[in-house]
Amino acid sequence: MAITTEKKQQRSDVILEYLRPRKKFPNVWCPGCGNGVVMAAYIRAIAKLGLSKDEVAMVSGIGCTSRLPVYLDFNSLHTTHGRSLAFGTGVKFARPELKVVAISGDGDSLAIGGNHFIHACRRNIDITLILINNHIYGMTGGQGSPTTPSAKFSTTTPYGNAEKHFEPCDLAIAAGASFVGRGTVYHSAQLEKLIADGISHRGFSMIEVISNCHTYYGRLNREGDAVAMMNAFNEKTVTKARAAKMTEEELRDKWVIGTLHVDDKTEFCDEYQAVVDRLAAK
Amino acid sequence: MSKSKKKLMQGNAACVNGAIYAGMRFFAGYPITPSTEIAEVSARELPKIGGRFIQMEDEIASIAAIVGASVSGLKSMTGTSGPGYSLMLENIGYAYMAEAPLVVVNVQRGGPSTGLPTKVSQSDTMQARWGTHGDYTAIAVAPSTVEDTLTETIRAFNLAERFRTPVTVLLDEVIGHSRAMVRIPEPGEVEVFNRVKPTSKPEDFVAFEMTPNLVSPMPAYGEGYRYNTTGLTHDEYGFPTNRADEIKPKLDKLRNKIMNYTDEIIKMRVEMLDDADVVIVSYGSVSRCALQAASIARKAGFKVGCVQLYTIWPFPDKQLTDLLGKCKKILVGELNMGQIAAEIRRVLGPDKEIHTLQRYDGEIMTPMQMLEKLEEMI
Repeated sequence: MAITTEKKQQRSDVILEYLRPRKKFPNVWCPGCGNGVVMAAYIRAIAKLGLSKDEVAMVSGIGCTSRLPVYLDFNSLHTTHGRSLAFGTGVKFARPELKVVAISGDGDSLAIGGNHFIHACRRNIDITLILINNHIYGMTGGQGSPTTPSAKFSTTTPYGNAEKHFEPCDLAIAAGASFVGRGTVYHSAQLEKLIADGISHRGFSMIEVISNCHTYYGRLNREGDAVAMMNAFNEKTVTKARAAKMTEEELRDKWVIGTLHVDDKTEFCDEYQAVVDRLAAK
Repeated sequence: MSKSKKKLMQGNAACVNGAIYAGMRFFAGYPITPSTEIAEVSARELPKIGGRFIQMEDEIASIAAIVGASVSGLKSMTGTSGPGYSLMLENIGYAYMAEAPLVVVNVQRGGPSTGLPTKVSQSDTMQARWGTHGDYTAIAVAPSTVEDTLTETIRAFNLAERFRTPVTVLLDEVIGHSRAMVRIPEPGEVEVFNRVKPTSKPEDFVAFEMTPNLVSPMPAYGEGYRYNTTGLTHDEYGFPTNRADEIKPKLDKLRNKIMNYTDEIIKMRVEMLDDADVVIVSYGSVSRCALQAASIARKAGFKVGCVQLYTIWPFPDKQLTDLLGKCKKILVGELNMGQIAAEIRRVLGPDKEIHTLQRYDGEIMTPMQMLEKLEEMI
């Protein structure tokens, strides 16, 4: 027991160390929101990688999720709705030595920011995008998003969603991202590893995190409170290894979690620097 | 003055040469007529000097990228035209709020909407002042020749860095696409201003501090000063606020850091004004036609003078009141339906005799047209 307590103490110390000294708390999130789990996993990943606070720059757009960088002691660029990757491209390209991490939601990244999402993937610029997917717009009060599944309810799909939804991982792989993974807020240890691997990877990394908005999505779709939704994430996920042995029918309505795609294509800033070096040598 | 430094170039190329002279090391843009050459010349020249060029997926991304580069410490610019400028406006507002120095060049074409991609216009003058939502104070400059374009772009960068704010260069299509011999100044010949960096210890750093001149020292990301940048109305530390006693000081700061120092910003050219009965007020390409018309009128015995506005925003209220108090009549010439004429009326009041000459058919103003108008007035 003593060892467990000590270990727990260490983990929360790490988190405190990365919170902004002057930020006024509490945060904007509802009690039980998955964003807190992601924030903790992210901090542990940064600590594990041994990155100094000045080596990291965070960018975000607008939405509940996008408030995350405001609480953390890094340089943070809290930008306009959907544009975090476009701002982040400027930061990374101007100072390639920085680790640029974008935090975004499903509406921010895939609706208003959809164009920047696919082009950041295509460029394979060394940015890590943590896309927290709660299948709904939280900050504005529960409207349908590009990841709201068909027939599901939101305040703008009051009779069930007539549209089809995006799968962020499929979209990222198709658009050219060189590291793609999926986790959930139930699997926080795996999430920490996914985020650390994504940040270590040189190229565009996209990590989708299935998360709970029990306040809107859970309530409107009768999926229960935060704990019930998180338990459901556990039941509905399968590892990549297990998924390989399952049929398409068995995989319907399941989320495959883990690292889904990695390739070693060249990174954009490196390619550009090679041009600069070649011109300088002339 | 070394002759070898003179080069034949387009206005759009002169703009890039001025920008590089001023220290531009980052350009993000999206192709749009009639500004595309600004991106093309930047793409060719920047990597040669260790700078960075990127063609983004649209204009919204372009302005976003240069804000990101600016907070990361590089002097940054984008170039566009009316439709692209419209798309950029939300993030130009972000740059006002986040106090990010940068330069946006708008090579104006006719509008509204897709309008006249290859035709001259000055119809984005008001958009450069009021385009994005909310209360803020804008700086915009307007070159009138190809050589002016180089020097005014340097000035735009200096103003952006001095006041920590976006600055718009309003170029007329006809200047962007004209070719002329341009002398590139020697290094050190023209003053280049760099943003003030903090000297405090990182733990004492207050990102949006209310300094005596209201411009807060600005570190680059990665230099040890960690802070939050946001488009939300924020306190001195950069944290979002809803407090009335923090909101008003922030908005006052955005206005007063510029309006308390208009003498540093206002620039105009004055010709043949001392004894003038009639004064032509103009800016951009129309100023060249105004000068010629005034000279011809002088030879015919009419006392005509010229005032050319290089700084459009903030508007030179005080300076114009002083300069134009004595003259009997004023003619405001511009390539739109009277955007600056309305400002002149506001400044000089209803008793002043103000005439307007407006052209918005996609063609340049001619000296003959202006002489006909002067004849009618006199």
